[in-house]
Amino acid sequence: MSSLSILKNRKKSIKKREGLRAGLLLLPYAIPFSMFILVPVAVAIVLSFTFFDVINRPAFTGLLNYVSIFTQDTVFLKNVLPNTFLYALVVGPGGYVLSFLVAWMLTQLQRVPRTILALCIYTPSMLGSVFIGVVWRAVFSGDQAGIANYLLMEMGILDQPLQFLLTPDYFMLIMIIVSLWSAMGIGFLAMISGILNVNEELYEAAYVDGLKNRFQEIIYITIPSMKPQMLFGAVMAIVNAFNMGWIGVTLAGANPTPNYAGQLITNHIDDYGFIRYEMGYAAALSVVLLLVVYLFNRLAYRFFGEKEERA
Amino acid sequence: MRRKTVKTRQRNSYSGSRINPSRFSRSQIKFYLLLLPLAAFMVIPVIMIVNRAFMPLGELHAFPPRIIASNYTLNNFKALFRLYSTTGVPMSRYLFNSVVITVLTVTLNLLISVTGAYALSKKRFRLKDKLFSLNQLALMFVPTAVAVPRYIVIVNSGMLNTLWAHILPLVAMPVVLFLIKQFTDQIPDALIEAAIIDGAGDLTIIRRIIIPLTRPALATAAVLSFQLVWGTVEASNNFITDDSLRTLAFYLNAISTNVSVSAAGMTAAASLILFLPNLIIFIFMQSQVMNTMSHSGIK
Repeated sequence: MSSLSILKNRKKSIKKREGLRAGLLLLPYAIPFSMFILVPVAVAIVLSFTFFDVINRPAFTGLLNYVSIFTQDTVFLKNVLPNTFLYALVVGPGGYVLSFLVAWMLTQLQRVPRTILALCIYTPSMLGSVFIGVVWRAVFSGDQAGIANYLLMEMGILDQPLQFLLTPDYFMLIMIIVSLWSAMGIGFLAMISGILNVNEELYEAAYVDGLKNRFQEIIYITIPSMKPQMLFGAVMAIVNAFNMGWIGVTLAGANPTPNYAGQLITNHIDDYGFIRYEMGYAAALSVVLLLVVYLFNRLAYRFFGEKEERA
Repeated sequence: MRRKTVKTRQRNSYSGSRINPSRFSRSQIKFYLLLLPLAAFMVIPVIMIVNRAFMPLGELHAFPPRIIASNYTLNNFKALFRLYSTTGVPMSRYLFNSVVITVLTVTLNLLISVTGAYALSKKRFRLKDKLFSLNQLALMFVPTAVAVPRYIVIVNSGMLNTLWAHILPLVAMPVVLFLIKQFTDQIPDALIEAAIIDGAGDLTIIRRIIIPLTRPALATAAVLSFQLVWGTVEASNNFITDDSLRTLAFYLNAISTNVSVSAAGMTAAASLILFLPNLIIFIFMQSQVMNTMSHSGIK
């Protein structure tokens, strides 16, 4: 009896202190999280209502930056906005569907070939910007020794080497190919293990209930039973699509890209922030970008979320 | 009539799952026909650069362009290591910076994430769910969007031109906290309670229970964090003006964008140096990563 009450008391006092303890345990993560994620977002929002050139104090200008973005900034309206949407739609949802299909096909194979093929397909996503730039500048190099030019000339499709990376018409296409090539990352791995972990009895039951083919199998069983992994994969795909802005600059070797053909909103932000030092305007662009990313994510949660996400 | 239904049943009937099969069957051929060319498209560019890194100068500029080297040489690597930056910083200095920054960042990242994940998973307090949702919201954070405000934070906290400007912006990775927390949720509460009754404090619990039992998640976190830190050029570009504090990735990137013809082999060698650690770590951690990914879902 006495030992039990001691235990109870002990548990109670532990519980009282638990909030404080939890706070202390979270603090080491919370500090850098706040400094480099929360505060920058807040600063971006505040600065977006100002004119700020780094040297003078920020001057409040109200909504002027936002108005300028959507009425005056011809590069933004004519190039950056359509580019960003085209790119993000193809690389985000497109890459996502592609990685699901590839992941699904891989799970239809035995373990050893599956692992080898999955490693091959995952490899490009861990190369990093330097390697990606080197590879694809070599492939699309503008002289006849460039791999793409050589192959196309051998096949008789081209008779003159083409300056792929200087031709605005091809630039976006190349950016998309390269991005999709390197997009099979952690979300792709999550999907493989999601598919492998679907309870087998579900398939069995569904076939008894009249499921006819594997397409139905995917739609009615596989995807609904791995919604959490699908959502994780979707969030990763969206973030990746908007984070890959450097790809155009790496391929072209300069910001802005030729004729703004591959200019994405992140490049536009860098252009105004670090080249022209119009920080207020760059901040307004950042806020627009964060809102767009947020909207894309809401859509993903709408599709795959099991409960409405709170925030 | 009855026979017919039986027959259709049989045709539709479940012939054992075809997911993760243990034997080869003819129905797999179509998948191989699609997957093999895809895998080739994914790895051939990588193989090309690996070969270029070891190609002698003559072959690098041979026509038609070569993908596989016929002679191998280490000259490209030797030339790379002999190189000094325009400001007289030797390559070894950049390598040293990168190693120090990467080791510190990955270690700090794992430590703060595992303690944070433990608190969010096993402690009972009021803001718990709110804080986890906030971290989940931050999964969709796009760092490049706030490069400018980050720069302002770095300047105002006096971190400009210090090693901390490399490390601190990368130590809190929402995806890492998320994965470790999901994994920690699998550890039974009874185990933690038993340890508390035995007089273990939080740090002991983390050291003796959480870390050993979340090893797959920690391995995955290490892979992700390593890849991010080792290859990034953001800090070197934006937060550092002192050349001797920049990283290998920055320097090799600077060499690789230099289009001069003689640099082709060195560029490939540089890319390979940056890539190899990623590949080796991933291959070692591969099964742990897959194990973690099965708990990665967002519910």
